[in-house]
Amino acid sequence: MNVELVHIHKSFGAVHANNDISISIKSGVIQGILGENGAGKSTLMKVLSGFIQADSGDILLDGKAVHIGTPSDAIKHGIGMLHQDPLDFPPMKIVDNMLIGHDGGLFPNRREVSKSLKELQAQFGFNLDPEAYVDGLTVGERQQLEILRLLWLGAQILILDEPTTGISASQKAKLFETLKKLAEQGMVIIFVSHKLEDVEGLCHKIAVFRQGSLVGEAAPPYNTDNLVEMMFGKVISLDEKTRLENCEPAVEVTNLSIEDNRIQIRNANLTVNCGEVIGLAGMEGSGQRQFLRTLAGLMRPVGGDLRLGGKRLTGKPYHSFQDAGISYVPASRMEEGLIPGLSITEHFILSEGQSGFFIDREKAVTISRERINTFNIKGEPVTRVEALSGGNQQRALLAMLRTPLRLLLLEHPTRGLDIESSIWIWSQLKDRCRQKTCIVFISADLEEVLHYSDRILVFYNGKVSQPLDAAATTVDQLGQLIGGKGF
Amino acid sequence: MLNKSSAGFKFGFQILAIVAALIFTTVVMLLAKAPPLEAYKLIFTGSVGSIGKISDVIVAWIPLLLATSGLLLTFAAGLWNIGIEGQITLGAIFTTWALRLLQDTSMSPTLIILIGFLAGILGGMIWASLTGLLKIYGGVNEIFGGLGLNFVATALTIWLIFGPWKRPGVGSMSGTVPFDNLLWLPQVEGLRMSWWSLGIGLIGIAIVYLILQGTYFGLRLKAVGKNGRAAFVIGIPTGKYMMSAFFICGAFAGLAGATQVLAVYHRLIPAISSGYGFLGLMVAMLINYQALWAAPVALFFAALNIGSIQLPIVLKLDSTLSGVLQGALVLFVLMMDGVRRRLTAKKVK
Repeated sequence: MNVELVHIHKSFGAVHANNDISISIKSGVIQGILGENGAGKSTLMKVLSGFIQADSGDILLDGKAVHIGTPSDAIKHGIGMLHQDPLDFPPMKIVDNMLIGHDGGLFPNRREVSKSLKELQAQFGFNLDPEAYVDGLTVGERQQLEILRLLWLGAQILILDEPTTGISASQKAKLFETLKKLAEQGMVIIFVSHKLEDVEGLCHKIAVFRQGSLVGEAAPPYNTDNLVEMMFGKVISLDEKTRLENCEPAVEVTNLSIEDNRIQIRNANLTVNCGEVIGLAGMEGSGQRQFLRTLAGLMRPVGGDLRLGGKRLTGKPYHSFQDAGISYVPASRMEEGLIPGLSITEHFILSEGQSGFFIDREKAVTISRERINTFNIKGEPVTRVEALSGGNQQRALLAMLRTPLRLLLLEHPTRGLDIESSIWIWSQLKDRCRQKTCIVFISADLEEVLHYSDRILVFYNGKVSQPLDAAATTVDQLGQLIGGKGF
Repeated sequence: MLNKSSAGFKFGFQILAIVAALIFTTVVMLLAKAPPLEAYKLIFTGSVGSIGKISDVIVAWIPLLLATSGLLLTFAAGLWNIGIEGQITLGAIFTTWALRLLQDTSMSPTLIILIGFLAGILGGMIWASLTGLLKIYGGVNEIFGGLGLNFVATALTIWLIFGPWKRPGVGSMSGTVPFDNLLWLPQVEGLRMSWWSLGIGLIGIAIVYLILQGTYFGLRLKAVGKNGRAAFVIGIPTGKYMMSAFFICGAFAGLAGATQVLAVYHRLIPAISSGYGFLGLMVAMLINYQALWAAPVALFFAALNIGSIQLPIVLKLDSTLSGVLQGALVLFVLMMDGVRRRLTAKKVK
């Protein structure tokens, strides 16, 4: 089946997630979709698979325009999507997972399903027991199950969203082999990824997305530098950067090992001098968030040591980290940073710490007014935080930070903000550095990482690079590392 | 056209909700072939028709107000303390226990009553802390934990009444042996109400109002309730604050139970909580968790309860009719609030 997407537009509020995307894919082709987080890849795939509706534009299958309103419409047209997090039902058996989403009348025929499952498995050399429960499977096996399920439902177009995250190398090899075999049978495979080596190794064609637009297409043999440049835009010229005079090490991370159900980080090492800024780069989900949250005391490392100003903090509870002068500014401002329903003033009261039993409202409002002025927040002391714009919420979060701080941890400090707000926020952060606060921050914006960091750590699939000197690193080098080349 | 975000618009919807609840209750009565106007009149005269009735309303108001007060704190912390019924019951059991232990000693009755109150508070706190521990350390949702503990509390009451604390001879559903008059909370001459318990109720809600409006503790509690994750990141020990909310609510519930024993029934009866815990949940929802409105709305609910007592005798209607009206009120107010939000949200777009 041939797929054509014509002039697709999709906006979420002010964000133009898909801006006039047209792409055509022929039967039997493995099409790679490459781009950084937020480039619009997943949005387009969700449009194609019926999870969301485009604002305008057409979907043509074999030249005929079709309307896809829901995921079940999509599967009726032969379009199946494999999500980054498997959409299955872990407490249920494999055979029941197959039956869910299948129109099979009142009484499902389990035996028949088991039989067709076995036949399908034989084609690809998978080995799943239909009677096994899904929660006992590895991520790779759950992926196999999902592929089998979609094929069984008659998928002719298979969309895979970041399928190589969280599976082992041998499972990846098997997945690629399967995808190649399916393409030979005439299926369309759409492979969405930010990993250069995966896309280069598998796809017959690559389309590169950046900031909601399709910026270019490439065919083999691929030129990695070209792809990186398309993904991240042109090489940017940097302004002169004022170096701070560094002093003695303030933060020491030795052989830190971190584990959660998604990622493993082994033996990370880092020494931060006071007043230094460390940027953490990498695709979302590469381990930088876990690393930052471990430094914040919100996650416990499984091994290694964490010291602040010589004092050991490993294994201590979160409030000891706070008392030691560490502050964490999360990316999800309304989920983890601010409390909807409370006013700006109430947030300052909460962050300030207690004095007495009763709150001195008058004093609190005075302090609040001062900070609203200093931090240039567009709001009143009584304004509830959910009524503020994103930039002003970020300013409010910074205004809540205590002084002095030894270590300030920030996740995407300027994400979603306009340029003016971003520059202002960094001027505030640089002020903190002059007061000897160390800053460690995550950003998906390579320019931001290169421009504001003194040194950079790159994360790729849980691996951590050696600290790079920001002044001696280019966007290209950074892009290659982020894509997993050179580890 | 009215400004859709104005206070008047909001108020209009609340009036609409009350009207809808009245219509709904009227329809229910018509279906039951009962005369609605007469029923409403009976409820009215049955609650405020005489000094005696008014005093009865106040007797019902106090435990309801105490329960609502406690619930305002757990709701502030984002917790659904369904277990409040059991907490009231345990308060009553502990008070009865203390009185039974001390009634034959030479201790002064005033001191025994005081100890009775403290024991009730302790009982409620212990029962609430179980729900809290299950929630915070056991991962059991407080609704399930609380509900389970309610059943245990009821079973415990029945066992005590028919077992260890049974009346001489055979146990009876009418409860344990009544306490001596000396151990009753002093009542107003000729009426069932007591100034003392009225004072406790009013002081209780005042304290809760102060906690929620003016203290660090109250603000942090709200922060935990509105966004626990952010509250934790800001540095509030969320588990501790949830536990405190349970403790204080348990104390209020226990106090309500103690009042039921010391000022109303003067013994332990099977349904000692009289459903005031569940009713308190409804009051808290109806007033949208604003402490300022707790006293008047709880008073209104108490009046409905007392007013409907005559319904079975005069109209052969069940007294649960007041429950229909109370439930309908809560449902319609919540529903109208949802409708209003939808309307205003559309306008923003």
